[in-house]
Amino acid sequence: MASEIQEYPVIWLQASTCSGCSVSVLNSVSPSVKNLLIDQIVPGKHVNLRFHATIMAASGEPSIEIMEDTAREKKGNYILVVEGSVPTKDGGIYGSIGERGDEPVTMLERVCSLAKDAIAVVCIGTCASFGGIFGAKPNPTGCRGVKEVLDERGINVPLINVPGCPPHPDWFVGTVANVLLYGLPSADDIDDINRLKVFYGELIHDNCPRRAYFDVGKFAKKLSDPGCLYELGCKGPITYADCPARQWNDGKNWCIKAGGPCMACVEPGFPDLVSPFYQKTTPELTLTIRKDSDGKLYVEQGIAAAPTIG
Amino acid sequence: MAEKIIIDPITRIEGHLKVEAVVDDGEVKDAKSSGTLFRGIELIMQGRDPRDAPRIAQRICGVCPATHSVASTQCVDSAFGITDKIPENGRIIRNLILGSNYIQSHILHFYHLAALDYVDVTQAADYVGNDPTLNSVKDFIGRGELAPFFPRYEGDYRLTKEADVAALSHYVQALEMRQKAHKMLAIFGGKMPHNCGVLPGGVTEIPTVDKITSLLWHLSDIRDFIDNVYIPDIIAIAHAYSDYFGIGQGCGNLLSYGGFDLESTEIDPAKRNRLLKQGAVSLSDVLNLSSLDTSKIAEQVEHSWYDAPGNGHPSETKTIPLPDKEGAYSWLKSPRYDGKVYEVGPLARICVTYLSGDATVKNLVDSTLSEFDAEPTALLSVLGRHAARALDCKFVADAMVQWVQELKIGEPVYYDYTLPEEGSGMGLVEGPRGALGHWIQVKDGKIANYQAVVPTTWNASPRDNNDQPGPIEQALIGTKIRDPENPFEIVRIVRSFDPCLACSVHVLTLKRHTLGEFRVL
Repeated sequence: MASEIQEYPVIWLQASTCSGCSVSVLNSVSPSVKNLLIDQIVPGKHVNLRFHATIMAASGEPSIEIMEDTAREKKGNYILVVEGSVPTKDGGIYGSIGERGDEPVTMLERVCSLAKDAIAVVCIGTCASFGGIFGAKPNPTGCRGVKEVLDERGINVPLINVPGCPPHPDWFVGTVANVLLYGLPSADDIDDINRLKVFYGELIHDNCPRRAYFDVGKFAKKLSDPGCLYELGCKGPITYADCPARQWNDGKNWCIKAGGPCMACVEPGFPDLVSPFYQKTTPELTLTIRKDSDGKLYVEQGIAAAPTIG
Repeated sequence: MAEKIIIDPITRIEGHLKVEAVVDDGEVKDAKSSGTLFRGIELIMQGRDPRDAPRIAQRICGVCPATHSVASTQCVDSAFGITDKIPENGRIIRNLILGSNYIQSHILHFYHLAALDYVDVTQAADYVGNDPTLNSVKDFIGRGELAPFFPRYEGDYRLTKEADVAALSHYVQALEMRQKAHKMLAIFGGKMPHNCGVLPGGVTEIPTVDKITSLLWHLSDIRDFIDNVYIPDIIAIAHAYSDYFGIGQGCGNLLSYGGFDLESTEIDPAKRNRLLKQGAVSLSDVLNLSSLDTSKIAEQVEHSWYDAPGNGHPSETKTIPLPDKEGAYSWLKSPRYDGKVYEVGPLARICVTYLSGDATVKNLVDSTLSEFDAEPTALLSVLGRHAARALDCKFVADAMVQWVQELKIGEPVYYDYTLPEEGSGMGLVEGPRGALGHWIQVKDGKIANYQAVVPTTWNASPRDNNDQPGPIEQALIGTKIRDPENPFEIVRIVRSFDPCLACSVHVLTLKRHTLGEFRVL
């Protein structure tokens, strides 16, 4: 019976992060966190979380040994999850994880060496996906998204981005379940910035419960007012995520419903290209921020009609 | 015999920290604590719209983002001159958001970060019964792939089998409870982690009967858990590991900024009436409480990788990284109060509130001490910190019941203001991990300077300009290490502070006295 269950080793690396992505995954309701840690996440398959510094019992050298042993013994068969962006300035000295021969090992080196032999890399959060908050200007530590870092060094490995600051737990768990059930996503399943379309396929603005206000030009003039939040800086018109349908914290609430303008936290432009957060969105920002194959940001016309009022 | 032990990283804490300690003859002779990650949030703040500060600042920490959003918001409120204009509903909802996060953070810390140092998971291996949680743990153990619960230190798990199995079941129940605390926060905060509700001027959600009722019922379930599971578990562990009332005393100085505003009129946060009180107290001064004087806060950087223009007060200091600085060993600065080393956290604020004469806290603390027939000074210890955290959790959760009922349905939550060109502000709160201060300067409508002094910077600070070790360093020094291959004492001490940094602890040799060397397995 026990042998019928397939183990999927996972190494979860925290680089330049606030740990909020991990905490968000702890908010997974279905499956529960208990299901994720010890049960079969999908029938016959168990995620074997070998390394996660916030959860694991081991401390010190044994924890690093597990990480390095897993990479060696399960070469080509483990999933690498990266949370946080990668400090690259000055050789990456601004962040390290563990040591080798009494010398700190930079996060940059860890990410590159572990990614090389992974079956796939899952970037959880906007920092790991695109640089995020810690890569914001003036970017004091040269933080970059994982794909950029790997591409630059010629490391080719299947990579899926699960952005969000933090991402919804369902987006992460759903992405992992997708890989376990159906293998790596096909080109049709992901968008041009490596996100699963099932979660990031629709514009928030198109499904927003305040959309009717927008259509009739009823705008909130100050925070806490009813009405569309567009003039208070809402980035719903340029942001692709299923927050309006899924909602947050077990369906309790979400930003726009709570009167908070969307800040486009799932997009590559977060935070620099979408701030000031509370200033009415400029016409340029009614376009969609995208990234080309060289990692350069560019804007393109959104799928939905750009707001024309105001 | 001097021994070299390397523990790197310390897991089950938040963020990146490293502590070095010198062990000789089975005792820690010296210890150094160093942050191993620099992110530069204070630099990233500069030049931005000050209204964006709380949104960026809460991303300092995904475990206690609500605390940073409240500290930053109060800081911007004060820079905008609108501190006393926040509507009562706004003040209360901020307290409810902050309180919800206290609860989730304390439950998470005890069960999911600290408990595995005391609870033996393997005791469920031969469980016989109908508890679905314990049966799935048993199946999990039977499959033999025990990550992330193994490997671990061995040789000092002291609970009875029944208590271990019960604690394991509570570990899983606690996952649901901390999640419920986040749901409770989202009722007014929009989402967690990283709420959208707390911002300069107030909050975004106007109370409805639906939200109030929902919050009350979430709170009711959580309070049941605190009273009937969390506090009894702390007491059970304290009985089994009672020697830890005498381990990890630390510096003996305690500082609290106070938390949870009970009024909106007083502009100075050091004087504002708060649920948790402000003040400083010192063991060496027979526990005399002195009032909080924010001009005595200064950050020193002698042993930090920073340059330091100015006098070190956070309203003036700047963050200038110097990664090659001679004699430095940490990315943390050394905050000091009146030039002295102070511990912050639930223990500090519970003691300060006790000494301020709060009857509820006095009753909670006295009854806990009598359970162990212990003197108040026993609180300055590993178990004292865990106990204070649990009492803090109960005290805040109980107070929230009243606050929810004080909300006025349909009344304003937000004060609309004009964005000023110039200003400077300070926001002081107590976060789950202790005293948190944010300072801002606004020029030409933009952030000209921003400083945050976070609780773990106090507790995990390196030596200061006078070579005084920080609180965690002092708590480690003098500790007897029973088994250098399984240094439970070190990780239990470090985790009792609930550091908000992923952390590595090194125990180094005394110079020229290396007789043996171990890798800890």
